[in-house]
Amino acid sequence: MGIKVDLDKCTGCSICVSVCPFAIIEMIDDKAQIQEGCTLCGACQEACSYEAILIEVTTETPTPNNGHHGIWVFAEQRDGRLKNVDYELLAKGRELADTLKTDLSAVCFGHNVSEIDQLVAYGADKVYLINNPALVANQEDLYTSELTRLIQEYRPEILLAGATSLGRSFIPRVAAVLRTGLTADCTGLDIDTEKRLLLQTRPTFGGNIMATIICQTRRPQMATVRPRVFKKNTPNNNRQGQIIKVDFKKEAVTSRTKLLSFIEDITEKVKLEDADIIVSGGRGLGKPENFKLIEELGGVLGAAIGSSRPPVDEGWVAYSHQVGQTGKTVGPKLYVACGISGAVQHLAGISTSEIIIAINKDPDAPIFEIATYGIVGDLFQVVPMIIKKLKSE
Amino acid sequence: MNIVVCLKQVPGTTQVKINPQTNTLIRQDIKNIVNPFDTYALEEGVRLKERYGGKVTAISMGPPQAEGMLREAIAAGADQTILLSDRAFAGADTLATAYTLAQAIKKIEGYDLVICGRQTIDGDTGQVGPELAEELGLPFIAYVNKIEETTTGQMRIQRMIEEGHELIETPLPAVISVVKEINVPRLPSLRGIIKAKDAIIPVWTAHNLGVDPSMVGLDGSATRVVKIFFPERVRHGEKLQGDLEDQVASLIEKLRKSRVI
Repeated sequence: MGIKVDLDKCTGCSICVSVCPFAIIEMIDDKAQIQEGCTLCGACQEACSYEAILIEVTTETPTPNNGHHGIWVFAEQRDGRLKNVDYELLAKGRELADTLKTDLSAVCFGHNVSEIDQLVAYGADKVYLINNPALVANQEDLYTSELTRLIQEYRPEILLAGATSLGRSFIPRVAAVLRTGLTADCTGLDIDTEKRLLLQTRPTFGGNIMATIICQTRRPQMATVRPRVFKKNTPNNNRQGQIIKVDFKKEAVTSRTKLLSFIEDITEKVKLEDADIIVSGGRGLGKPENFKLIEELGGVLGAAIGSSRPPVDEGWVAYSHQVGQTGKTVGPKLYVACGISGAVQHLAGISTSEIIIAINKDPDAPIFEIATYGIVGDLFQVVPMIIKKLKSE
Repeated sequence: MNIVVCLKQVPGTTQVKINPQTNTLIRQDIKNIVNPFDTYALEEGVRLKERYGGKVTAISMGPPQAEGMLREAIAAGADQTILLSDRAFAGADTLATAYTLAQAIKKIEGYDLVICGRQTIDGDTGQVGPELAEELGLPFIAYVNKIEETTTGQMRIQRMIEEGHELIETPLPAVISVVKEINVPRLPSLRGIIKAKDAIIPVWTAHNLGVDPSMVGLDGSATRVVKIFFPERVRHGEKLQGDLEDQVASLIEKLRKSRVI
């Protein structure tokens, strides 16, 4: 596999230099030379009018599915309750399964998980369930070995999981054991129907660039997907599906790590990921006490409280409130950003919000570019006005 | 305690500029730096060494110029470094990267702990740590914000998940990934800088490692980037007009109309 420039054909026109998304083509002695860092994206090959750029891709036999079929969604639970991201993945999974004319299955590990049948109502044809007290806490060693075992046995062609702290931590381990490809934090999924490939699109460079990634020959094609990116379907309680109870091979696996205790973050009254309204504060608040103002507005609106990165770095609020690239992805109906300038990393975490309100005294703050409604003004003036007005109505 | 710290050299900014004519990245004038999340990994490794003795090995896979970054790691407290550099390693996805790093780490004798940053700022995947753990056959704990206690063959760790903090016990050796809350990295000491200047940075190639060429670089990668594009910012913001009172009134009216409040 590799890329080559046919020096006889290269005219030194340098079109390829300008189209390379990674800026790694250099003109040396009037000939294009490809430096390190090439991903074989093919942009230069497409642009070259002289067919001087050759990309050789090892053509592994085009029977990629190799007996693999069906789409799986890893349905994560915590304390016996399914997570919202499970339903979001089922909605997208259903769409992909219908395109591929295949089955959609959910796989769930836990003990006495409530409303398992909801996985069917939200779109699964089958549910593989391991019900065992050993799986109450998210035991990553056990999760890794059990999911790997099930994939080896049932051979799905695609596996989707939430890009939660659990998913981002143990799904890569499953991919490593299976020696297959995994794309992190996807925000877009589609099917190349001709090649029956999953097109996985994700933000990279802190959200500045989008990349579409494929896993050509290995199976399953695996992706973690950000919560709140896809919309869940309306559940249909008349949908028929099969719940398959799978035995847990406890003797076969032991967890090397031991969970000693869990300290819940109690400052988070409303869960950000599930909130319909979020009020967030940023650096513009100036000092920790001023977060009270955000909380007050949040109280009036019945909102969850979010934060951009600087207040978390400064220790004004707990990390569990952080929204953005290294925090949570949210998708509320209403997002109110107070004193947040709108760094691309923050915007990456709020882009699926229905309405975004920005309150900032800097008229050039990037947040105004994506805000549905913006108020240029001092948040210490504007926010109390909003609170007063809402209370008086 | 022998600690291995994984470092990656990344572009010094994610604020990449776009050439409006060609819609491509402008890479000139971007200085390479050590991935910021990895600096916390290195600092934690050095702190553990100071507490329990032993040594810190900083390892990186990358082009030859990553040598400079490893020199900085020595200045910041690493005892030795390994640079995995070979054209055969180029174009690796997380799977091939984890495999290559694992083959090198297996050659380091008697290590107790491998520390990675939570993710890089260029790829943003956070996958190399857990994939590396699996390649090494070791337990993995992500998002560590505190190492509480280390005893022979065991470690107590606090880590951050969405819902709060977990206290976890793991046998050693293990692989962990750390978050920025774990420490404040030190500035290099004068002694460190002098040491770094004369340090020898060993370079290991695919041949030195004795790796299967089909498992590294592009050939060893399961995934491939087929398209790169710039995200569309579809929303066009509307700045409200009038004095602040009017703006607030019109805002609330708009929200009521769209039934979000």
